[in-house]
Amino acid sequence: MIPAAFEYHRPKDVGGVIALLQQHGDEARVVAGGHSLIPMMKLRMTDVQHLVDLQDVAGLGGIQVAGEQITIGAMVTQHMLINNADLTEAAPILKEAALQIADPQVRYMGTIGGNVANGDPGNDMPALMLCLGATYTLTGPNGTRKVAARDFYEAAYVTVREDSELLTQLTFAAPKGGYAYEKQKRKIGDYATAAAAVQIAREGGLCVAASVSMTNLSDVPVWSKAAGAALVGTDCGPAAIRAAVDAALKDINPTEDNRGPVEFKRHVAKTVIGRAIARAWSRS
Amino acid sequence: MNDLTPPTHDERVANLKGMGHSRKRVEDARFTQGKGNYVDDVKLPGMLFGDFVRSPYAHARVVSIDTAAAMAVPGVLAVLTAKDLAPLNLHWMPTLAGDKQMVLADGKVLFQGQEVAYVVATDRYAAADGVEAVVVEYSELPVVTDPFKALEPGAPVLREDLAGQTSGAHGARRHHNHIFKWEVGDEAATDQAIGEAEVVAEEMVYYHRTHPCPLETCGCVASMDKINGKLTLWGTFQAPHVVRTVASLLSGIEEHNIRVISPDIGGGFGNKVGVYPGYICSIVASIVTGKPVKWVEDRMENLMATAFARDYWMKGKISATKEGKITGLHCHVTADHGAFDACADPTKFPAGFMSICTGSYDIPVAYLGVDGVYTNKAPGGVSYRCSFRVTEAAYFIERMIEVLAIELNMDAAELRAKNFIRKDQFPYQSALGWEYDSGDYHTAWDKALKAVDYDGLRREQATRVEAFKRGETRKLLGIGLTHFTEIVGAGPIKNCDILGMGMFDSCEIRIHPTGSAIARLGTISQGQGHATTFAQILASEIGIPADSITIEEGDTDTAPYGLGTYGSRSTPVAGAAAAMAGRKIRAKAQMIAAYLLEVHDDDVEFDVDRFVVKGAPERFKTMKAIAYAAYNQAIPGVEPGLEAVSYYDPPNMTYPFGAYICVMEIDVDTGVHEIRQFYALDDCGTRINPMVIEGQVHGGLTEALAIAMGQEIAYDEIGNVKTGTLMDFFLPTAWETPHYTSDHTVTPSPHHPIGAKGVGESPNVGGVPAFSNAVHDAFRAFGLRQSHMPHDHWRIWRIAHDLGLHD
Ligand SMILES: Cc1cc2nc3c(=O)[nH]c(=O)nc-3n(C[C@H](O)[C@H](O)[C@H](O)COP(=O)(O)OP(=O)(O)OC[C@H]3O[C@@H](n4cnc5c(N)ncnc54)[C@H](O)[C@@H]3O)c2cc1C
Repeated sequence: MIPAAFEYHRPKDVGGVIALLQQHGDEARVVAGGHSLIPMMKLRMTDVQHLVDLQDVAGLGGIQVAGEQITIGAMVTQHMLINNADLTEAAPILKEAALQIADPQVRYMGTIGGNVANGDPGNDMPALMLCLGATYTLTGPNGTRKVAARDFYEAAYVTVREDSELLTQLTFAAPKGGYAYEKQKRKIGDYATAAAAVQIAREGGLCVAASVSMTNLSDVPVWSKAAGAALVGTDCGPAAIRAAVDAALKDINPTEDNRGPVEFKRHVAKTVIGRAIARAWSRS
Repeated sequence: MNDLTPPTHDERVANLKGMGHSRKRVEDARFTQGKGNYVDDVKLPGMLFGDFVRSPYAHARVVSIDTAAAMAVPGVLAVLTAKDLAPLNLHWMPTLAGDKQMVLADGKVLFQGQEVAYVVATDRYAAADGVEAVVVEYSELPVVTDPFKALEPGAPVLREDLAGQTSGAHGARRHHNHIFKWEVGDEAATDQAIGEAEVVAEEMVYYHRTHPCPLETCGCVASMDKINGKLTLWGTFQAPHVVRTVASLLSGIEEHNIRVISPDIGGGFGNKVGVYPGYICSIVASIVTGKPVKWVEDRMENLMATAFARDYWMKGKISATKEGKITGLHCHVTADHGAFDACADPTKFPAGFMSICTGSYDIPVAYLGVDGVYTNKAPGGVSYRCSFRVTEAAYFIERMIEVLAIELNMDAAELRAKNFIRKDQFPYQSALGWEYDSGDYHTAWDKALKAVDYDGLRREQATRVEAFKRGETRKLLGIGLTHFTEIVGAGPIKNCDILGMGMFDSCEIRIHPTGSAIARLGTISQGQGHATTFAQILASEIGIPADSITIEEGDTDTAPYGLGTYGSRSTPVAGAAAAMAGRKIRAKAQMIAAYLLEVHDDDVEFDVDRFVVKGAPERFKTMKAIAYAAYNQAIPGVEPGLEAVSYYDPPNMTYPFGAYICVMEIDVDTGVHEIRQFYALDDCGTRINPMVIEGQVHGGLTEALAIAMGQEIAYDEIGNVKTGTLMDFFLPTAWETPHYTSDHTVTPSPHHPIGAKGVGESPNVGGVPAFSNAVHDAFRAFGLRQSHMPHDHWRIWRIAHDLGLHD
């Protein structure tokens, strides 16, 4: 559990980061909280010759809740997400989800930028960002571009981000209505066996908008458009939930691991998604 | 009270903090402040670091090892392979079970993670880089991880070194992957009893392979001083004297020239009993380089390559009358020992004390047969009191009782009570040859059932089943019962030895002139709190406050010889030695007191912290005064000084027991469980420190929770360890740990000097069947008989699924 030797860089600004990434190409990697990257380096599963630490880089922090618009800097830790009153008021699902990530020690270090950029299907924040329809801001040698979270993930650990690009912030509109992040895990510090993020807006007795996404049930986070559509216009009663769950299950492709066989995971997914919808509806 | 008011009797007793007192653990001040001194804290000038190249394959021939690139890594000084160790005859080493084990791969590897080469470097980082740079060419061989398949005629030959050997350390071998067959009891009579019985229950009970995963991994620092010829070895050793003797026998260095030191140990649980290749390689490296060499495993190495626990396939048959009186028990075990038999069982017991498998029950006739088998898995079988196999035995019988209850359509609590050994039957001769020292099972059982309102729980469960059937809930309720009987305190030299070394233990006491003391023992604490509790035994025996007694263990240059700490043996054996040595001190103190008081020896008697003249309690000499006189006053016929040594050979084992009840909610859709209540009644005889006992019980129950509900060392079919990190290996935190209610009865051991029986392992032994039985019980109404542990989410889900509880 000792990493191979590497060069350590600690630039002060985004320009410095980009320059290093350009100079060293795929031999360089940024490190944020390090709680996904460093274990991989210690296992010698990732070969990083130039480690570019983001801790001192200006302009990557901060949580802004400005009217309908929420902006979160890449270096905001999960701990900060949990303890920001404005954010909890505007988008309580972030706190609910962040509290289900690992343990306090990990959450003090792990950042939202690292969590969404990592591309691990087990990370919880990506599905959440899909659910919220968030946009990621990427800055690279050719300037800045914005990518919808729903277009960001291509395969496990493969995203549309270029090696020389830095994810600097995440933005999304403050969600309306009820929410739930429902996660089944084996123990504290474990990734999800299955998890679901749900936001539901209601008018009178009917659902007017719904968004459903899932963690660790495919090689990428999954947003199920059909599941959301199945809820809109309904009273989110048992039949509607069943229809939405059935739709969501069509969009996932879990694989067997130590958490269990595929059949089990599909059953848990069904249960977890159903519970998330019911809870979100009850809070709407 | 002022200085002139003499303390009352009660005040003097309280001042001693002796037996029965919930004295705070003296160790905790340093542990809770990060001031412990562990092996990895040992730092010597010029110290080098060793690290292993390990096999990625479970079974392969080692074609070649190229160390050139590794030697070119800056800081790397040496790379040892079997070729380097062979001239010293150290490429293999004997195991504690009479087998032998490769120190470094000699021509082939037999399990994933096996030690192949040992890189020595100036620091840890260089050593790790050196490990990466060693190029090993392997040619893969067919792998066997299933002990039943290993015994098939065409199974791959694992141990080529044993070719042609039709007998091993424990008798005949009938197949190239067979290690031993061990039998106890009367098979013919057992078969007859079962054949004639009205009711018979049969089941295969598997106790999966797991690992204790102590917080501190295994490690050592070897330092050979070439000038004085002395080898000092610091290590995470649960049995430092045994390590010294084995090291001397292997290396040829005379035993007086070897000093073994076990500093603070961060948990052992049997994982640190055995001798590992890391120790041998570090010693050799230190001799070769003339520098101290440190080796400390990482977590993955610890999980993959060091002593595991269990892996017992136990086929049982139990018979009874229609009324539920048990008439016979038959058990056959297929024991998966991995690639080498590296258990640490007493020589005559290759399956430990598995023959305690008749449990708490009066079973007239029984038979046990155990077949030990080699597979392509890590060797060990020492941990979680595994070599003694009491945990396996308790799980087996407590599952068989449940299955029999199902067969009889009877309540499992009632079935137990019907068959308990009665109080008046002790000392009780079991069908498999043990003499149970004492017990009062019915009293404990009734107390436990009342404490949880057992009848009320059963009514609630029945209501729940109805509600579930009506579709009103998806949660079931399980009530897990266990009444276990342990056998601990190994053990009497007449039947217990390890590698020929008798399993006595020892204590040496020196009283200082001012009335404080130091006592040294042959055991070694790994978290049990010996420095706290042994001082309490001595306080009560000698009359010196526990706070004035230093307990020292673990340095073979100073401590008397002992067999170490595992198998709940410290209190039964070393605790007894402490009491006996204390009594020798007291006997001499009595002579001194009598002299000082100018009366006959028989005219004084011991009273808490002093000797008083019989009938005249105002005439006394305190132990403090006696200690001073022992050193400073010429007493005719009495040598100066106040010291004693005792080597204690226990006349019998001790038999702690307990009644545990677990109440569990189970979600049939997700397999998630919630433990609503856990009641643990322990009877460990005389209680030395109730608070330390409670701590031991909580810790052991949490281990049991882990084992029953998720922890395992799992292999895939080609021998890859699937659970080699803490991501997949379940180690519970405070979050997963339920609230425990502990309780007790006290049935002292009649043969132990203070009546204590030992408690360290009881909760692990009794906890596992309690948790597991709760899972099984939840599904009893739907037809479940047996389902193997660990009961993690998907396996519980699978039970529900197979019973048709999912639409
Ligand atoms: C015991 C344990 C349990 C865990 N459990 C969970 C869990 O249940 N759920 C969960 O979601 N996570 C879990 N994690 C992961 C944890 O949340 C990580 O902290 C998080 O996934 C990554 O954030 P980080 O800041 O640590 O990123 P790092 O580890 O520093 O980086 C991760 C990857 O993202 C890249 N990266 C980081 N920041 C940027 C950026 N701004 N722009 C571009 N690329 C970037 C890095 O180069 C690297 O490839 C767990 C971790 C541990 C150690």
